[in-house]
Amino acid sequence: MRQRKFGDASRRAWRERREQAIRLLFSAAAVSSIFITLGIVIVLFSESIPFFSSGKLVEFFTDLEWAPRDLDHPRFGILTLVAATLTTTAIALAVALPLGTIVAVYLSEFAPHLVRETLKPALELLSAVPTVVYGYFALQFVSPLLQHFYKDLPSINMLSAGLVMGIMIIPYVSSLSEDALRSVPMLLREGSYALGGNKIITALKVVIPSAISGIGAAYILGISRAIGETMIVAVAAGNQPKFTFNPIDAAQTITAYIADASKGDTSHGGIAYQARFAAGLALFAMTLIFNLVGFWLRKRYHKAY
Amino acid sequence: MTDIPSMIAWRKLQDRAFSALGIMCTAIGVLALAALLIKLIWDGGPYLSYQFLSSRPSEIFPNKSGISTAIAGTLAVIVVTFFTAVPLGVATAVYLEEYARKNWFTDLIEINISNLAGVPSITYGLLGYWFFCYLLGFKPVVFVGGLTLAVLVLPIIIVTTREALRTIPGGIKEAAYASGATKWQVIRYHLVPYSLGGILTGTIIAMSRALGETAPLLAIGVGTMLELPPSPVQSSPPFLSFQWLNYPFTVLPMLMFLQTDSPDAILQKKAATIGLVLIALTLSLNTAAIVIRYRIRKRIKW
Repeated sequence: MRQRKFGDASRRAWRERREQAIRLLFSAAAVSSIFITLGIVIVLFSESIPFFSSGKLVEFFTDLEWAPRDLDHPRFGILTLVAATLTTTAIALAVALPLGTIVAVYLSEFAPHLVRETLKPALELLSAVPTVVYGYFALQFVSPLLQHFYKDLPSINMLSAGLVMGIMIIPYVSSLSEDALRSVPMLLREGSYALGGNKIITALKVVIPSAISGIGAAYILGISRAIGETMIVAVAAGNQPKFTFNPIDAAQTITAYIADASKGDTSHGGIAYQARFAAGLALFAMTLIFNLVGFWLRKRYHKAY
Repeated sequence: MTDIPSMIAWRKLQDRAFSALGIMCTAIGVLALAALLIKLIWDGGPYLSYQFLSSRPSEIFPNKSGISTAIAGTLAVIVVTFFTAVPLGVATAVYLEEYARKNWFTDLIEINISNLAGVPSITYGLLGYWFFCYLLGFKPVVFVGGLTLAVLVLPIIIVTTREALRTIPGGIKEAAYASGATKWQVIRYHLVPYSLGGILTGTIIAMSRALGETAPLLAIGVGTMLELPPSPVQSSPPFLSFQWLNYPFTVLPMLMFLQTDSPDAILQKKAATIGLVLIALTLSLNTAAIVIRYRIRKRIKW
């Protein structure tokens, strides 16, 4: 009897120790994600600080030329790349936000069950296409197609890259918006129907306003995707830095610059090398803001119902 | 003018008009996908053959250029990504759902993961390059690429696993605890098995994402690779070799990107063939994920 009790106690102690060890292991995994972010921040800053401290800070934000490899007069005006990023992003959003929202409202409020169950996965496949394939599509299909209507369009331009990027982003916007719309309680819709509202009035005046923070989060995700997208713009929007907001121009975005610069030489050191990380820092800062706002909005709509 | 039947008819018309608009907008997306597939088949289809899949890339002989090294490289990298991202992601999700207390530190981890999911993929490439290639002095070899992609897909696995864990009713857990199970036993014998479908779906989607990524690998300096990595299986003991982990590589999307830029017309068309192979892989993986998700939802009724 005593023997047995003793065995139980040691078994319990062992079990306790095992539980502790496993807990430690799991929490280590969770904490590792923080080290990843920390790593990104350290990398971007440690390479950018020498860049900025060499007197490039003012030039970085005011110059309208970007030519880090120019041997005689290297120029480092990030606004050149930012302009292209904003242009392609704006085109993409002009496609993805209206289409994505209409699709979300249709799927959540109008579509019969069977239609939704088939169309939703079909749309999700859009986000499964590798972005380099989209790049090929923009360059080899959309550009020639647009040239049918507008003869002077160069085959490399921000318009086709932006349009294709918009198609790619539709499912991100629509599926998150649809989730938000569907989480609005039926009771609110019934209230509107009882007052004589039809589906579209109910959707516009009741459901969308109630789900607005969720839809906002979906938009933010779309924006963040568009800013960070690399391969479509690297293939189809061009690799010549140019300060322009004209969609039919070819210009280099921040992401396309980083990709292009990495393709060349990857030796460490030098101002051109550091410029890549300074551009990365600008990119990271832009998306970070949107990601944080998006997180806050998602939290808010989860709380709402 | 304001008679009720005509008002009702007008409102019903509004609904029908919006339905039509909705179908149209959805159709635009689906049609774009169809156009993309047709374009790839049109350009690249004629070059698709066993010979294409099994021969090495070549810039000198565009006619004979194939993708064998990229297939091997993609496979090798995905293996590394799978074995690092899945355990780490699932463990993080389990910690957040089952262990973490509601405090500022947990909040910090959550914000952090949500941000990681939105960081541009090329940023991970800069991180991977700096950490592995500059700090530790490695070449852009298989394990460097695999780990970089693992970091990239980690948030996908964490989010889907958490969602799967959350759908398990609390009663199941309480029953297990009441029968004297420890936390680990509850996780090991109940939570993980029950959420396996969700974890699997997330893993498939994550792998499909890693399969199609080019930008981060571009940033760590992966280029064309003309040679196959050493085989993981050997004829002499110990039969297994891990040399391939430390071997330069290329992947399918990278080869496609480089050939899209190529001045040679045949190589350009062959970029579409690579795209065809790539899209066949990712679409079938994603379809599998959708089917699995659908079947879980049908089968499990708590």
